[in-house]
Amino acid sequence: MVSLSINGRKRRVDVSPNETLAHTLRYKLGLTGTKIGCNRGECGACTVLADNTAIYSCSTLTHQASGQEITTVEGVAGKDGQLHPVQQAFIDELAPQCGFCTPGQVMSAVGLLKKNPKPSREQAARALSGNLCRCGAYEHYLNGVMRAAGRA
Amino acid sequence: MAYRLIGKNFTPPDIESKVTGAAKYAEDFRTDGMVHLKIFASPMPHAKIKSIDVSKAKAMPGVVGVLLPSEVKQPKDAGHAILSNYPVYVGQPIVAVAAETEQQAQDAVEKIRVDMEPLAFCTDPLESLKPSGPDANRSGNVANRKGVKLQKIKWSGKDFAIAGEDKLPMGKAATAWNYGDLEAGFKKAKLVVEESFVSSANAHHAMEPRSAAAYWANGKCHVYGSTQSSSFAVPSLAKYIGISPAKLNLVTEFCGGGFGGKAYSYPLMALPALMSKKLNGRPVMMRVSRGEEFLNGMARAAFQGWVKIGFAENGRILAVDSYVVQDNGATTGFWDYQNFGNAISIVFQPEAMRFRGIPVLTNTPPKGAQRGPGENQTANIMEPIIEKAAKKLGMDSLALRLANVPGRGGKNAKIGAKQGPVTSAYLREALESGAKKFDYEGRKKKAGKQADGKIRAVGIGEAYHAAGYNGWDGMVRITPDGKLHVHTGVGNLGTYSYASTSRVAAEVLGYDWNNVVIERGGSLKAMPFNIGQFGSNTSFTMTRTNYAAGMDAKNKLLEIGAMMMGGKSDDYELKNEKVVSKTGSKSINFAEAAKKAIELGGKFSAKEVDKDLKGLTKMAAKMIAGTGLIGVAKDKLPKKGTVPALSAAFIEIELDPETGRVDILDHLLISDVGQVLHPQGLEAQIRGGAVMGFGLAATERYIYDPAYGRPNATGFYQAKPPSYLDVPLQTDAGWVENVADKQNPVGAKGVGEPIQGAASSAYLAAVSNALDGHLFNRVPVVADMIVNVAAKMPQSNKPLQINCQ
Repeated sequence: MVSLSINGRKRRVDVSPNETLAHTLRYKLGLTGTKIGCNRGECGACTVLADNTAIYSCSTLTHQASGQEITTVEGVAGKDGQLHPVQQAFIDELAPQCGFCTPGQVMSAVGLLKKNPKPSREQAARALSGNLCRCGAYEHYLNGVMRAAGRA
Repeated sequence: MAYRLIGKNFTPPDIESKVTGAAKYAEDFRTDGMVHLKIFASPMPHAKIKSIDVSKAKAMPGVVGVLLPSEVKQPKDAGHAILSNYPVYVGQPIVAVAAETEQQAQDAVEKIRVDMEPLAFCTDPLESLKPSGPDANRSGNVANRKGVKLQKIKWSGKDFAIAGEDKLPMGKAATAWNYGDLEAGFKKAKLVVEESFVSSANAHHAMEPRSAAAYWANGKCHVYGSTQSSSFAVPSLAKYIGISPAKLNLVTEFCGGGFGGKAYSYPLMALPALMSKKLNGRPVMMRVSRGEEFLNGMARAAFQGWVKIGFAENGRILAVDSYVVQDNGATTGFWDYQNFGNAISIVFQPEAMRFRGIPVLTNTPPKGAQRGPGENQTANIMEPIIEKAAKKLGMDSLALRLANVPGRGGKNAKIGAKQGPVTSAYLREALESGAKKFDYEGRKKKAGKQADGKIRAVGIGEAYHAAGYNGWDGMVRITPDGKLHVHTGVGNLGTYSYASTSRVAAEVLGYDWNNVVIERGGSLKAMPFNIGQFGSNTSFTMTRTNYAAGMDAKNKLLEIGAMMMGGKSDDYELKNEKVVSKTGSKSINFAEAAKKAIELGGKFSAKEVDKDLKGLTKMAAKMIAGTGLIGVAKDKLPKKGTVPALSAAFIEIELDPETGRVDILDHLLISDVGQVLHPQGLEAQIRGGAVMGFGLAATERYIYDPAYGRPNATGFYQAKPPSYLDVPLQTDAGWVENVADKQNPVGAKGVGEPIQGAASSAYLAAVSNALDGHLFNRVPVVADMIVNVAAKMPQSNKPLQINCQ
């Protein structure tokens, strides 16, 4: 049994020693917004925040996450349900296409803006470069990050 | 024409769920009692199975079921098996195991013992065509799903000897056509260019692997699958499972990328359903890994080819002779090679042409349609050749292209073997307006070696894809609350065209978009039988079907108006969601009309429907019959000719001859889409298509170990789809303005596929120009190939070598 802090809530969950955070989130806690695209640290679809830093949850053991504040895509909107500025900006810029990589893009962008509220376009591209998008929607995601910058 | 909704931006109804994580993809399905399925896959590229022992696997903790190849239907010839008793590629599923947890299922798979006898295998089509070359299938080496039965074709030693190592040998073809006087064309030509080439295979690599889940309840099978298409996928999946389409509920609300690789159903999607059936309906989840996705997924077909082109002094192409050997993969594949001939014929309008081709089986993963299948490979090969020809003729390469593209609006445009007509073609206009907007002439003057040793160059690309069909069904419903429900079975690939084409029905009926509900994403949503979301066809095809359904509803509203208010239908019109007399004195709202339709029954509420509707549409209509005023109709609008999607691209690059690095300084993509449906959506497709194009041109390829027939590029980091850091951060996206396809009721046609080919071929043309017109005749052009040319070193591959570095 391990105690986790996920989206501001304490969750106690039974995990095996080799279980990844992505698996725990998706299969034990029902948080399926975090996607598994490769399960080996290549694509970024599983990105979550650990103490406000973007990490690949497919490459993080759940036991390592104990003691950290984990934020998933389900936890970034306001308590009143208002979308996070990054989420709203991605909608405004029609950034998602198929949408499978979108939760990871959202989390990398939210993590970036927490550390650097007004990044340059190049800084944003570097911060999101661990998130692959096969639809090739990079430009629209970047437009979204720049639109949200300063408002997050 | 002025529209209220068409041509305007809108927020697609499903987009919010994508940014919040609420969107449910196949692997997000959860229910109590769900078990997990894992696969034992072939470790050999081609083998005979002598025995399968699953006794130890069955005894493993948590195992609830094992499924063997003998328990599923085996396909004939080169068909693709769900579980195979005769593996023809590494990674082909042989046995499936279900267990309480995924780990238990995987542990049990490790205990399976399959006694296999290795057979000769093939990863190079030309090797298979040699007189004693290996056959990838025990019954033959040549097959294709479009018109080529499984058969054995071998070329003679003489065919190979005549060609030598640098030129494509050309023995007996499986497909051939020609028109015009080829010989006379070449005789008249001022310049004849002849080149052999290779275009590599590359995996689709959709971000969502083809995971699936299924269960059975009350005699019905429920499948959560990842597919680009909704209703179109139902009959074929039902066939794999062995049930009638009426017994299948296929949920396809979201698809995490397809690019042709998930055009409709595929064998693996049926596996959880078959396992679940064996487990008396218990829910089964199959999570497909990235590595498995590479092996069991699909890829673009590779080409080994040859083309000979005769140019007149003024640049006009008088004759084209061509031959394509297609790496067809291990199964029936796709007909990319046949599209080679069509693409050349529409883009360059040669006066005479011959196409020959042969699809050869290899023991590599199944090949399927990938964005612009065949046409984009054609663009990548042809555009650098056009640059070379322009240099030899002393012409500007834009002028050479304009000497050959169809006339304005597609005047006198012809396509293919039969030289048939097209519905519209504005490629000339795209090239002309693009050149102006890009300042092609100005940039060309600045091309050449820069002070820092880098080389600046410009390039132009053009590409085509057939993009529209007719004869499909549309269905809309006005419910007693006055809302319009557009039922669409087209699928949700991420282009949002399921929504932009649904807006046509709303436009026809004069609806406020806020009062429209799109019903989609699963059989229980009553989806008419629509063509799938592939082949850039959605915009043209689905606007027609939704227009047909909208017009049917409109006519019924007017009839009901006349019934309720007196007079004839012609005395009424639709205004502000009301049926209004043309004098303005009388009206009923749509809600009242819907209630009346229910009361009337018959055709008004789909209690009776036209006989010529497709079976699934009739089924869907029956599901909602009596719940409102229902417009349901087959698209019978006239259509004559091929609908050509056409794109042009302009690019400026800087190439570093010391490192082989190519930086894209600027690029413009400009497409012929007729009337734009959704400008923001179109821009997203153009930019995304360009990104995929740069991957196709510069990095993505299959690599196979020829000694063992095993793949060496199964991961993203090896197969190299572009990342944020590989592509320019700004794309100039445009389209030919103020044009319409007259064979579409709103003037629209699609363009998703040729954008990729235009971008990739422009890139390759520019790279060729940067290197004094050097023709690599190989795609992708990777950095080490550029360095080799700059250093005057030989390339590491033989000219026609395939599936290699």
